[in-house]
Amino acid sequence: MLKILKYSFYDLSRSLWSYVYFFFYLLLGVVLLFLNNDLSNAVITLMNVIIILVPLIGTIFGVMYFYNSREFTELLLAQPVRRSSIFLGQYLGVAISLSASLILGLGLPFVIYGIFQSGAIWDFASLLISGVFLTFIFTALAFNIALSHENKIKGFGLAILLWLFLAVVYDGLFLLSLVYFQDYPLDKFSLVASMLNPIDLSRILILLKLDISALLGYTGAVFKQFFGTGLGAFTSIAVLTLWVILPVWRIKYISAKKDF
Amino acid sequence: MVNITNLHKKFGPLVVLNGLNLKTPESGIVAVLGPNGSGKTTLIKSILGMVVPQKGEIQINGERVKKHWNYRKNIDYLPQIANFPGNLKVQELIDMIKDLRGKEARDQELIDLFKLEPFLEKKLSNLSGGSKQKVNLVLCFMFDSPLIILDEPTSGLDPVSLIRLRKLIQREKEKGKTILITSHIMNFVEEISDRIVFLLEGQIYFNGTVEELKTSTDEKDFEHAIANILTENHA
Repeated sequence: MLKILKYSFYDLSRSLWSYVYFFFYLLLGVVLLFLNNDLSNAVITLMNVIIILVPLIGTIFGVMYFYNSREFTELLLAQPVRRSSIFLGQYLGVAISLSASLILGLGLPFVIYGIFQSGAIWDFASLLISGVFLTFIFTALAFNIALSHENKIKGFGLAILLWLFLAVVYDGLFLLSLVYFQDYPLDKFSLVASMLNPIDLSRILILLKLDISALLGYTGAVFKQFFGTGLGAFTSIAVLTLWVILPVWRIKYISAKKDF
Repeated sequence: MVNITNLHKKFGPLVVLNGLNLKTPESGIVAVLGPNGSGKTTLIKSILGMVVPQKGEIQINGERVKKHWNYRKNIDYLPQIANFPGNLKVQELIDMIKDLRGKEARDQELIDLFKLEPFLEKKLSNLSGGSKQKVNLVLCFMFDSPLIILDEPTSGLDPVSLIRLRKLIQREKEKGKTILITSHIMNFVEEISDRIVFLLEGQIYFNGTVEELKTSTDEKDFEHAIANILTENHA
């Protein structure tokens, strides 16, 4: 698998899009830090960008890479290589290179700004950790969609719909249900509902880390109480990990049965 | 060498292989023939594990193929359509496959044979169909494995390369290898193959030598003998 990973990585390192993605974060980091000069403001703005953009890029890049490397995949399938190694190697290649663009692109300006001397280092770290989790989750989901659909247009469409649902529609439905059932106690429900969506979960984790959960009102207090404890932190990391493991397992499962 | 029993494969409602049984000799050239869509490529891909059959068993040298992958190190495969990652150079692709296999390779000898030297630093997307097929042949033959599977090896080749390919296949046969070939060029098949396996409706319709095929169909000419099978079965 390491050989496949190496070649996928090598392939991506020659792709223009990896660099565009890297320079975008570099520019964003530089602009936010050096023109704004307020670290926690910069982190909040970055959070809003990362929460939406990372899943979108992970999804599109994942689907695009899978369809574009079809020839490479077919070539590999006739070689003495385990099937799961081929697909997991390609998946890790995409996910790791996207994560590297994110970490380096945002990390460089923050290091130059002096993040290591500031107290905000953990806020920044939680931002990057969520970003990496989201990259791994959405790339895996994208690979799942691409593996199940031969038709590129259909695959792309479904991938975008999935992103749209988790990034936008889910929150809308969530809000609607809160309004509709406002006469009932909703703290448990909202806790569970936000745990089920990796984007919401990451957002809450970062917000709580930034200590501005007071903005969230009563539910925020419930959240803080839950996520603040060891159990809450453990549960949320476990749920995010599960969001990675389940799609990756399905990649392995479908790829073993697929005809090429 | 290759032993296939009761192989079934459906793609949705389309039955491609329907209880196919085949046993190839220890060495020699076996041509797999049949009309379009008779399941030749599906059969080959099943042997390679690229297509997963619904039922049946494939053994290579007594070892079951299903859910295994390591047996592929003893197979050289030439795919029908030479699809390669377009952004790689020819030399990079050859090095990559060598690295993946981790085996001795005689790539230089084959590059010289097919006169590919001037193309080594070109990207695969810029090659013509025939040149791609030559790269395909180099990748296939460079490992010297005991089982060689060639899916339409002649496609896109000029006459000179065709003669070189023929000699190459003959030489490999003399080393005692098993070679499975599909082709639509009948005189190519007639000239090189020891046995003919004819696929029809997902089963083996005929399995024997060229001479046996001619006598059983009562035709003097190989091409007509094949045509005879097809017209008799309205395929």
